[in-house]
Amino acid sequence: MKPGPGTYRVGGKVYASVLGLVSTRPPLVHVTPLSGRYIPKAGDVVVGTVTDVQTTFWLLDIAAPRWAPLHMTGTPWQIDVGETDRYLRVGDAVVVRVENLEATGRIGVTMAGEGLGKLEGGTLVRVSPARIPRVVGRGGSMVETITRHTGARIAIGQNGRIWIDGSPEAIRRVSEVLRMIDENGQRSGLTQEVEAYLRSTAPDGPVEPEERRSPPAHERRRSDEPDARPWGGADGDTPPSFRTEDL
Amino acid sequence: MSEEVVAEILTTHILDLAAEGRRLDGRGPDEYRPITTEPGFVSTADGSALVRLGQTRVLAGIKLEPGKPFPDTPNAGVLTTNAELIPLSSPTFEPGPPQPGAIEVSRVVDRAIRAAESIDLTRLCVTPGEKTWVCYVDVHVLEHAGNLIDAALLAAVTALANSTVPAKRFAVAEADYPLDLVHVPIECTFVRLGDTIMVDPTFEEEHAAQGRLTVATDETGRVVAMQKGLVGAFSPDDVKSIVRRAFVHGERLRTLIKGGRS
Amino acid sequence: MGNVGAKDVPVLLSPEGLRLDGRRLDELRPIRIEAGVLHQADGSAFVEWGQNKVMAAVYGPREVHPRHLQQNNKAVIQCKYNMAAFAVDERKRPGLDRRSQEISKVIAEAFESVVFAEEFPRTSIDVYIEVLQANAGTRCAGLVAASVALADAGIPMVDLVPAVAVGKVAGQIVLDLKKEEDNFGEADLPMALVPQSGRLVLLQMEGHMTEEELGRALDLGVKGCRDIYDRMKGALRERYALTPVVGGSA
Repeated sequence: MKPGPGTYRVGGKVYASVLGLVSTRPPLVHVTPLSGRYIPKAGDVVVGTVTDVQTTFWLLDIAAPRWAPLHMTGTPWQIDVGETDRYLRVGDAVVVRVENLEATGRIGVTMAGEGLGKLEGGTLVRVSPARIPRVVGRGGSMVETITRHTGARIAIGQNGRIWIDGSPEAIRRVSEVLRMIDENGQRSGLTQEVEAYLRSTAPDGPVEPEERRSPPAHERRRSDEPDARPWGGADGDTPPSFRTEDL
Repeated sequence: MSEEVVAEILTTHILDLAAEGRRLDGRGPDEYRPITTEPGFVSTADGSALVRLGQTRVLAGIKLEPGKPFPDTPNAGVLTTNAELIPLSSPTFEPGPPQPGAIEVSRVVDRAIRAAESIDLTRLCVTPGEKTWVCYVDVHVLEHAGNLIDAALLAAVTALANSTVPAKRFAVAEADYPLDLVHVPIECTFVRLGDTIMVDPTFEEEHAAQGRLTVATDETGRVVAMQKGLVGAFSPDDVKSIVRRAFVHGERLRTLIKGGRS
Repeated sequence: MGNVGAKDVPVLLSPEGLRLDGRRLDELRPIRIEAGVLHQADGSAFVEWGQNKVMAAVYGPREVHPRHLQQNNKAVIQCKYNMAAFAVDERKRPGLDRRSQEISKVIAEAFESVVFAEEFPRTSIDVYIEVLQANAGTRCAGLVAASVALADAGIPMVDLVPAVAVGKVAGQIVLDLKKEEDNFGEADLPMALVPQSGRLVLLQMEGHMTEEELGRALDLGVKGCRDIYDRMKGALRERYALTPVVGGSA
């Protein structure tokens, strides 16, 4: 076996370098972290906050090890030098995509592209970046469950920052669900718990489970609970990184 | 200061909710987060208490040592309060000398204890003009999730209420004896969010706040200390209504000083 | 080893060879480790070890403050070991003293030996250790707490770093000194081990022992570290409700 991400090799043996779940995809063995800050990957869509404005770029806090510069050319706008603060100010929240990662640790991001841009209204919550696959669910099943029950609009950053918009009550229920997922990310049966919570807090009174949405427990586990195994693992069903249709 | 910019849309959302009398965590305007007090957390202290206020966590420790009285108060003991906002407790705190925020917490806590005459300082005097007990109240903030002042004073008075004067160890008397807590001040902090005044602000609510007011009351019905903080203003009527609310909360929180939860 | 010869020296070893608190020579004090105790930090841990209570938090990798400490090819590891004023019998004045600064330095260097810092150039990994109640061995307890906090923060490392003090008390080599043994014993030797490589990344010694005794002390310390290592892994498994191997060989 060869050392993949989250591992290192000494004297012919492969060791984990981070706290996480081991999986193998021959010839690689890798360890998926269970915790920690967001480690950027090219192509990831993330939610950030503007922390500084310069004449040709902004610095974004994307919960990564470093602030990410967003250059004015990486926006949908035609901006003159020195006019950056007319478009984005400190404290503004944005959706951007990680474009390139340099050996210096610099994280290049862009805001030009579908589904990217400045966030207006709504609110932000944080979860551990390691829980994002769980928040999305297999094939987007978890986020679909949440939006179906609450009517909220949700934008999920791979960096653990999540934007929610909707009625105050919807935002509160979504926040509560995200807290449940964040704190119990490793537990099986989470999807059922989330559904139960959303039904019991429905604004028009508790909703009875519909038959088609409650298959027998063993069947449900197979379809809804891939995450007991390392996500994005051998079965290769990597969840979509971002829901763009709501933006 | 370290980064941690609070997103503007979060602040706006907090203010929008407040306009309807609602809060991010579902509390009402006049509702505290869950509180627990745990006296005796530190065995090396002469008295101590760990207080949790939501995710805010504060540890207070009391140390009593023989020392010299101040020349202008030869018959009185000495009380000093110190608060440390250590960088462990928040991504916004940096190592180094005490910042104004830490000094404000120390002073507001100290003022309430002193003004309420929580401790009869004359009883700490051993030999007038020569020898007295010096009572150190050290407040260690372990996690900053808003409203440090209320948690710090509650931890301090809980620790004082459970303190022993180490008279035997310092060969001042035959036996140790309990420190007598005469009055119990409780501080209640409110913030203005738009037209709504909320008790017990979280970190994010403090950031969104347009003014903060802390009112300390004691069990005899006295207001013993106040502190207005942050940018913003209150009308005299606001202050009167805040004081009324502070008495109600104060009475409830005072029951926690022997340890408990609410 | 200050007060040797003072008049109130306690009997440190019973005729049966038991220590003040009834422990055998090679026995650790009770130890409890809890990972992920703080919400604001990227990683955290609380360690209760004998009469010690120590909290550790890790922030980072994050932007470096102050900026001039930034390194172009790797993360800087900044460690602050601090003791609460009420953590010791005689009140300690708040703030950094020389002892705290020295301990902070040797702990930071121990972690620099195991963290893959080159994965995060120009960033800082900040390690904060707060001793809330002290009874000898706080640097080891702090190092153990901080190591678990680093793992909890997802920092890539060669391995966890268990630590323990060994010493010489009443002529015997003993594991994990408590306060009276530290004050009145003949030697104190705190050490931290990287189990994967079998090497020591923190080693200090004060007192006097023979070469032969030192050899036995090192062996005893390594054994104690391996015991603590298992408990550190146990704390992380509990935190993440895991059964598989953590932080060990894959």
